[in-house]
Amino acid sequence: MTDVVMPQMGESIVEGTLTKWLKKPGERIERDEPLFEISTDKVDTEIPSPAAGTLAEILVEEGKTVGINTVVARIDEAGGAAVAAQPAAAAAPAEPPPAPAAAATPAPAAAPPTEPVAVPVVGQAVPPAATAVPAVPPEPADKEPAGPLSPLVRKMARELNLDLTQVKGTGAGGRITKQDVEAYAGAQSQSAAPPSPPAAAPLPPAGQARTRIEPMSAMRIKIAEHMVMSQRTSAHVTTIHRVDMTKVARLRERHKAQFQTAYGFNLTYLPFITRAAVAGLRQYPLLNASLDGQNIVYHNEIHIGIAVALENGLIVPVIRGADEKNVLGLQRSIVDLAARARSRQLKPEEVAGGTFSITNFGSFGSLTGTPVINQPQVAIMGVGTVDKTPVVIDDAIAIRSICHLSLSFDHRLIDGALADQFMTKVKQVLESWSEEVV
Amino acid sequence: MPDCTTRCCCLRQLGRVDYASALELQHQLAADRKQGLVPDHLLLLEHPHVITLGRNGHLENVLAGDDILARAGIAFHATDRGGDVTYHGPGQLVGYPILDLRDWKRDVGAYVRAVEETIIATLTDYGIAAGRIPKLTGVWVGGRKIAAIGVHLSRWVTSHGFALNVSTDLSYFHYIVPCGLAMPVTSMAALGVRASLDEVGAKLAVHFARIFDCEMLEN
Repeated sequence: MTDVVMPQMGESIVEGTLTKWLKKPGERIERDEPLFEISTDKVDTEIPSPAAGTLAEILVEEGKTVGINTVVARIDEAGGAAVAAQPAAAAAPAEPPPAPAAAATPAPAAAPPTEPVAVPVVGQAVPPAATAVPAVPPEPADKEPAGPLSPLVRKMARELNLDLTQVKGTGAGGRITKQDVEAYAGAQSQSAAPPSPPAAAPLPPAGQARTRIEPMSAMRIKIAEHMVMSQRTSAHVTTIHRVDMTKVARLRERHKAQFQTAYGFNLTYLPFITRAAVAGLRQYPLLNASLDGQNIVYHNEIHIGIAVALENGLIVPVIRGADEKNVLGLQRSIVDLAARARSRQLKPEEVAGGTFSITNFGSFGSLTGTPVINQPQVAIMGVGTVDKTPVVIDDAIAIRSICHLSLSFDHRLIDGALADQFMTKVKQVLESWSEEVV
Repeated sequence: MPDCTTRCCCLRQLGRVDYASALELQHQLAADRKQGLVPDHLLLLEHPHVITLGRNGHLENVLAGDDILARAGIAFHATDRGGDVTYHGPGQLVGYPILDLRDWKRDVGAYVRAVEETIIATLTDYGIAAGRIPKLTGVWVGGRKIAAIGVHLSRWVTSHGFALNVSTDLSYFHYIVPCGLAMPVTSMAALGVRASLDEVGAKLAVHFARIFDCEMLEN
C-alpha cells in the first residue's frame, strides 16, 4: 500500500482543501495520472498519483481542509483483485482469517461488536493451540436471540447494555417487544443493586457520526467576512429609545384596508419609521456620512438600505432617494425590493450605494437588538416589535403601542450625544405624526 | 527554445480576446509548457463582458439571473481556476502567466504573493498606494479590491492569473456580489488615474520580469 498525502505546495502553506476526487475507490490509476484536486490560497491544483495501482481507500472527503502530509488516500500497488471499495471495517466473516489473526483472543465479552478486526497483538507469542482452542462462535452472534428484532429493541438493548438472549419475548412468535425490554431492564436494575457495568452515560451508537460537516455557502462566507470586517472597522455603540407608536398605529389601522384594495399591499410600520429616519438624517447629516481614511464623506442624497432576510442569508437592497418618497412610496419600494430580493431579481444598482440602513428584526418578534453596521456606512437602526404595553402618562397608566428602536453607530465619527439627538428626532416625528399617509 | 541569460518569458499582448478562445490558448500553452516545448509565457489581454465561476465557486454568488445577464450582454463561463465568481470586461487588464514553477521556487504561496507584488509595484508607478489584506488574496486600495487573483496549477505549471481594474465599469461587479455584503471594488480610473491598458500592461511586464527574475521577450 502506498500512502497518498496532502502535498506541501510551498513554504508558507500549512494546509490544503481537498476539493475533488478524480478517481473512485476501486478504480485503477496510473502513476502521475491526476488523482485529486486541492485548493490553497486561490490556487487550484491537480495532484498526480504517486504510484500505479488501485485506489484502495479515500480517507479525506471532498470539502475538507487538512494539514500537509496528512494521508488522504491509499493506493494498492498490487492492483489487488478483491480490494474493491470495501471499507476496512466490513471484514468478511466468510473466509477464515490467516494465521496471526487466528491466534487472537476473541474480543472480550463486554466489547460491543464494533471492531470485527481482531486484535492480534496479545496471543501471538503463545502457541496457537493454546488460544485457538474453542470453537466458540464469535461473541456478537451469541448476544442475538433467534427471532427477528426491531430496530427500536436493538437500540434500547444497546443503550441499556442488555443481553437480549436473556430477555423473554412476549410478542408474536416470541418476538421481543419494547415492553419486554423495559420490564427486563426494570427487573435488572432492582435485582442488581450495585450496578455492575457502569451504567453511566451510554456510549453513542457505534458508526453514527456525532457531527455533520458541511461547507459554508459562498454567500455565507461573504456575510461572515463582511460582519467581522465591520466589527473590526467601526467602534460599535448601540443606543436604545422607546417610542410610542400609538398615533402611527391608529393611522395604520385607518388606512390598512384602503392600502390593500388600492395598491395591493399591506401598510406596515416600516415606511413610517423610514420616513422618520429620513427626517433625522436631514437634521443630522453626520449619520448619513461615511468615513474614507481621515476624511468624512457627507452624502447629499439619502439612500436607505433595508435588510431583507433570505433563506440562507441576507441582502440589503437600497431605497434610493428615500427623502423624496412619502409613506406610500416608501412602502411600495420596501414591498418591491423585498419581493425581488427573495426571487433574486435585484438589479446591481439596487443593492449598492446605501448611506444608512434599517433592519426590522421586530418582524421576527425581537424586542430590540444591536445590529452590525453595514460598511462603509456609520449607523444602522434596528426596529423592535410593536407591542401594546402599559405605560405611565401623567401619573396614569395607559395602554400604548410601544416600539424599541435601537441605533448602532460608529463612535469613531459619531458621539453618543449626537446619536441620541438623532433618535430623539426620530421618536418625536413618530410620536407626533402629522403627515398625510397618501 | 529561445536563448536567454536567465529564464525566458514570452510576452504576448493579445488585445481583446473572448474568454473561450483565451482559455483554449492557455490550455494549449500549459500543455506544451509541461512537456518543455515552449518557454514561460505572460499573456496580457482584455475580455469582453464575462462572468466566470471558479471550480469551488458558488453559483448563488451570481446575483443576477440568466435573463438579466443576457440582456446586459454578459457571457457566463464555469472554469477551472481557484477562487469564486468574478467579472471580466473592457478596461480590465487580464494577465495569464503560464509558468513552470519548478523553475521558480516551487511554492504556490510565493507565486501568489509575487503576482500581488507585480501589481502593487505597477500601481506604485501611478502613485496608487496599493497593498495586501492578510488572508484575502488580491490587491487592495484602502479596503477596496483593485485586482483579483485566481490560479490553476497542474504539474507546477500555472494558468489563469490576475485581473487588474484599469478603467473597468465597476457597476458590472454588482451582478455578482450582493453589495451590502461584499468588499467593495475599485479601479485605477476611480482613483483618478487615466491610463490605457497597453501602457499599464507594458509597465506591468517590466515589474513581472524583475520579480520573477526572467528575461521578457516580446513576440
